Amino acid sequence: MSRQIVMPFGPQHPVLPEPIHLDLVLEDETGVDGMLSIGYLHGGLETLVEKRQFPEYVYIAERTCGICSFIHGMTYCQGIERVMGLEVPERAHYLRTIWSEYSRLHSHLLWLGLFADSMGFENLFMNAWKHREFVLDVMEETTGGRVIQGSCKVGGVRRDIDQETLKKMERDLKGFEKGLKEMANVFLNDDSVASRLRGVGVLSRNDAYVCGAVGPTGRGSGVPIDARMTGYAAYGELDFSPVVEQDGDCYARCAVRVNELFSSIEIIRQSIDRIPGGEIEVKVKGNPDGEYFSRSEQPRGELVHYVKGNGTKYLARSRIRTPTLTNIPPLVKMLQGCELADVPVIVLSIDPCIGCMER
Amino acid sequence: MTYLKKSPWLLHYDASSCNGCDIEVLACLTPLYDVERFGIINTGNPKHADVFVVTGGVNEQNREVIRNIYEQIPEPKVVVAVGICASSGGIFRECYNISGGIDQLIPVDVYVPGCAARPESIIDGIVKSLEILEEKRIQMKERAKQKEQGSSPGGGER
Amino acid sequence: MKPENQELRLIDTAHLIGEVEDYRNKGHRLVNVSCTRAGEEFEISYSFELDLRFENIRIIIPLDADIPSISGIYWGAFIYENEMHDLFGVHVRGMNIDFKGNLIRTTVPYPFRNTSFKGEGPCQDR
Repeated sequence: MSRQIVMPFGPQHPVLPEPIHLDLVLEDETGVDGMLSIGYLHGGLETLVEKRQFPEYVYIAERTCGICSFIHGMTYCQGIERVMGLEVPERAHYLRTIWSEYSRLHSHLLWLGLFADSMGFENLFMNAWKHREFVLDVMEETTGGRVIQGSCKVGGVRRDIDQETLKKMERDLKGFEKGLKEMANVFLNDDSVASRLRGVGVLSRNDAYVCGAVGPTGRGSGVPIDARMTGYAAYGELDFSPVVEQDGDCYARCAVRVNELFSSIEIIRQSIDRIPGGEIEVKVKGNPDGEYFSRSEQPRGELVHYVKGNGTKYLARSRIRTPTLTNIPPLVKMLQGCELADVPVIVLSIDPCIGCMER
Repeated sequence: MTYLKKSPWLLHYDASSCNGCDIEVLACLTPLYDVERFGIINTGNPKHADVFVVTGGVNEQNREVIRNIYEQIPEPKVVVAVGICASSGGIFRECYNISGGIDQLIPVDVYVPGCAARPESIIDGIVKSLEILEEKRIQMKERAKQKEQGSSPGGGER
Repeated sequence: MKPENQELRLIDTAHLIGEVEDYRNKGHRLVNVSCTRAGEEFEISYSFELDLRFENIRIIIPLDADIPSISGIYWGAFIYENEMHDLFGVHVRGMNIDFKGNLIRTTVPYPFRNTSFKGEGPCQDR
């Protein structure tokens, strides 16, 4: 004998770093349905294209999200470069790749920390964030900014990294990787972590595909979607393959992200080895006229920046389709039939970035 | 820090921030910066808080939420606006849904500049706000004293 | 860098459902639905991907027209359609999950239909 109740979750909730409102339909302790409404962070920044010239809009694009800001800036720049037919120098592509991968490391470590916190594992939270500081130090040393870098521009990048620093970055990765291995061991092999995550929030392969899950959410369910395989920036010249897990539960999504840390380190190593010399930017002349869907792989999944120029300094439209938005339908699927106590873990397991999603 | 007799707790609210400043506020709590060594704890409950840390500009939707949280925090309280968006609306101030800085809505005691604000400056800002908190506490005590004297003039005369 | 080739086909609204069904049957993934205002019309683009090939179809509708929902074919499409409704005021018929304009809470109804800005001058003047 049970009756359905609707329980509001958020907008301000201790496990949620950002405001999101979720209406959970519950039957006793079991979730029947979850519906969310957003808008607490909505600013409407896509409309600012009419106010900012296209080279300036890079700064707005970067501030879509403070976690993967570099990749947002880069994706926007790639879109404009394609519309204008600019040939960006190879070195700039490699630098972009290096910074993107450092962004991924920082974002995944951040998420692993928050995720550990949602399981009640505070020590692991602190540990993950301790490792993250190393990544931020590299970012600061090479771009000047810790979380918002501002180092990408239409036509290339703003700063070069000299050979000595590159060598040092490569050397430092060794110690960093060692620390990560110890931490990864806890995430992947600890009994209490596994008992909290295994079989929770299962998303089947078919559901993941039909709902359009992207990034680690899709890859955790066995769908090998990785926009890096399209070969933007320097990814086309590097050897790597998407990290895929088959189980589709919270553990699988966590394992994808943990293993991606090492894949990112490998990509950085390869890029440092193969980076060519030369210029880092080309001169930009004229205004964009045309449209393009620029795609890239953000830590949370595939990101699409649609840019449409009309031949003036101001774009006609910019649309930012962030991975979190796409991962909301899979989340709704995962919440069906879950236990109330697992809701925080499930919500966090898609790595929601609400700031990005609402823009 | 000798004036700090109590352990101040802070409440962090993300108005419409891009996450950059939020992450830096959180980074303050983690091993490298570790504000907990000053006895500062990030709490989720407004009734436990002394310092209200806001990141991001006010958006029309969370006006009520921010005001509500502000009113729930017991006196004395201080407000710290972290980052340029919380201070003035920053790069987003022209957006139709953004009303500008937090000071459009509630009184702000300390502004922390930066985009994103660095953990060092956030800690500086919070330490600065603790001085103001202490001042407010003393003023509040004095006011209470005066009120007491005012309501029963002369004390035992009656 | 290998630039990606993107196909874009303009189709009639009446053929939308059929075309989307075709993509579904061929095993494409729905990547994105986006809306752009171009003068007195909306351009609505549906993007699909299969094996790293990116394809778009586009319909052009007048501002007050309504379109059929594709959420019966791609279950997850409701999020884009609700967003389109909340931001642009495009009416979508028959969504599987209809938030009725409550997905994104905005102060102004349909803010992207006619964009407006605040504080034109420096912020000190306000």
